Amino acid sequence: MISRYRRRRLLNAFNLTMAVLATVFGVFWLVWILWTTIRFGAGAVNLALFTRDTPAPGASGGGLRNAFVGSLILLGMAVAIGAPVGVLAGTWLAEFAARRRLGAVVRFLNDILLSAPSIVIGLFAYAIIVDPSGRFSAYSGGVALALILIPVVVRTTDEMLRLVPGSLREAAIALGTPYWKLVTRITWKAAASGILTGILLGIARISGETAPLLFTALNNQFWSTDLGHPIANLPVVIFQFAMSPYSNWQSMAWAGAFIAVAFILLLNLAARMLLGRRRPRA
Amino acid sequence: MSATPRIHTRSESSETVAAAGIGTVKIDVRELNFYYGRFQALKNVSIEIPARQVTAFIGPSGCGKSTLLRTFNRMFEIYPDQRAEGRIVVDGEDILKSRRDVALIRARIGMVFQKPTPFPMSIHENIAFGIRLYEKLSKAEIAVRVESALTRAALWDEVKDKLQQTGTSLSGGQQQRLCIARAVAIKPEIILLDEPCSALDPISTAKVEELIEELKNDYTVVIVTHNMQQAARVSDRTAFMYMGELVEYGPTEGIFTKPARKQTEDYITGRFG
Ligand SMILES: Nc1ncnc2c1ncn2[C@@H]1O[C@H](COP(=O)(O)OP(=O)(O)OP(=O)(O)O)[C@@H](O)[C@H]1O
Ligand SMILES: [Mg+2]
Repeated sequence: MISRYRRRRLLNAFNLTMAVLATVFGVFWLVWILWTTIRFGAGAVNLALFTRDTPAPGASGGGLRNAFVGSLILLGMAVAIGAPVGVLAGTWLAEFAARRRLGAVVRFLNDILLSAPSIVIGLFAYAIIVDPSGRFSAYSGGVALALILIPVVVRTTDEMLRLVPGSLREAAIALGTPYWKLVTRITWKAAASGILTGILLGIARISGETAPLLFTALNNQFWSTDLGHPIANLPVVIFQFAMSPYSNWQSMAWAGAFIAVAFILLLNLAARMLLGRRRPRA
Repeated sequence: MSATPRIHTRSESSETVAAAGIGTVKIDVRELNFYYGRFQALKNVSIEIPARQVTAFIGPSGCGKSTLLRTFNRMFEIYPDQRAEGRIVVDGEDILKSRRDVALIRARIGMVFQKPTPFPMSIHENIAFGIRLYEKLSKAEIAVRVESALTRAALWDEVKDKLQQTGTSLSGGQQQRLCIARAVAIKPEIILLDEPCSALDPISTAKVEELIEELKNDYTVVIVTHNMQQAARVSDRTAFMYMGELVEYGPTEGIFTKPARKQTEDYITGRFG
């Protein structure tokens, strides 16, 4: 008896230690990454970063204004396309196809899309937009990012709506509520914070995507808001500047990375707060 | 709670079965069978539910009380593998066969569930939502209707200063009365209550029971309850169900004092259930 208890206690202590070590191992890298971006990036942040455009090779000064704005435009396009499509598709899955085989098939396909390598999505956007139109363009980049955003939004919308209790739906049906009204006025509302969280996390996911933009939006050294032409964007600028031999470019890349991390961190915090404030409930 | 026959002559009521002593029949269920997929949950149930009285359904868990209630407003239809056979005649019309928009049937038959189900919107909106489904009213008219529904549900005094707060911020008992107000607000003719008090404390329960007593002046009330005292207190007629069948049905007093069937007696006296 005694020995069995001792063995259990030992096993317990061992498992606990391993779990703690694994956590420390994971957190260690995260902290290191954050610390490195802060160390190299925070110092390089200055006002010019937001007021000047990217400098020519070898030139001194300059900033990342065009890249920030370009990235915001790309994200804006991706959200404008991806959020409605994703929410509607997720709604169809949860509300109209929940018990049908077609729903299960679509859900499975969406999961595949969710884990598709982003470079493949980029190639796809290149093949269907850039190649036929004959040039790299902001909107092809927006479409590529939208394609990455959509499955994330579909998944969270679907899950959040399915968390809405069936009793709430029945209560609305019992009043004689038409189904579309039930969805738009009641279940969407009950799941609103969850759906919004999904969109925010989706934005966080695509805001760092570089590979699909290399084939689509490419990059632009100059200020541009023309959707039909290449547009500057933070991830590609960071990539280009970090690989360059110029030290001012390199430190600008760190500053850009720092801003990107801060942006994603803020999005995640916002998502957390949203989800914490109101969960879907009866 | 008396078993004296009451004769009501509402023009929209269908048949009069004076001989049976139940006044006007509001819901006439004939040979109803109900299936969850292959499982038969109701077996050949026939029952006449009188207008403007309270009819209670009692019986052990799983005997089909909720199932029966959910056929009255065709709630089961939203689930593809559930189906009902037979006839449910309300005011002369078989609602199972009716070609009319099912929403119009549900507008006449309100339902309140075991667990309170306030909508994720303000207290005011919870009530106004249902009214707007059927009527085009001005803001002022809606406000009047909301107040009268909440008053009927004995909730007005507690919420009149916080109508814009969300319905979920109320206590369980208040939420349940909100749901009753919501059902009453669209002026149905029948109100179905499926164990409305099972999640409530004694004080809220007493309030809801008072309300039921009040409601039967204007509505046909059908209530499912596990609480024998409650059935005895609030209902005019009681039906005992067992394993999907209607075993016994009659004036409440009779059922509780001298049940005709042994099964009923055993259940009422707590020998099984
Ligand atoms: N969605 C469903 N699918 C399959 N079977 C069901 C479903 N709902 C209920 N049943 C079955 O139908 C029978 C009747 O259920 P019902 O909910 O009507 O019982 P009840 O009398 O309301 O019980 P309780 O007092 O516990 O609420 C039970 O045997 C139950 O297992
Ligand atoms: Mg039940």
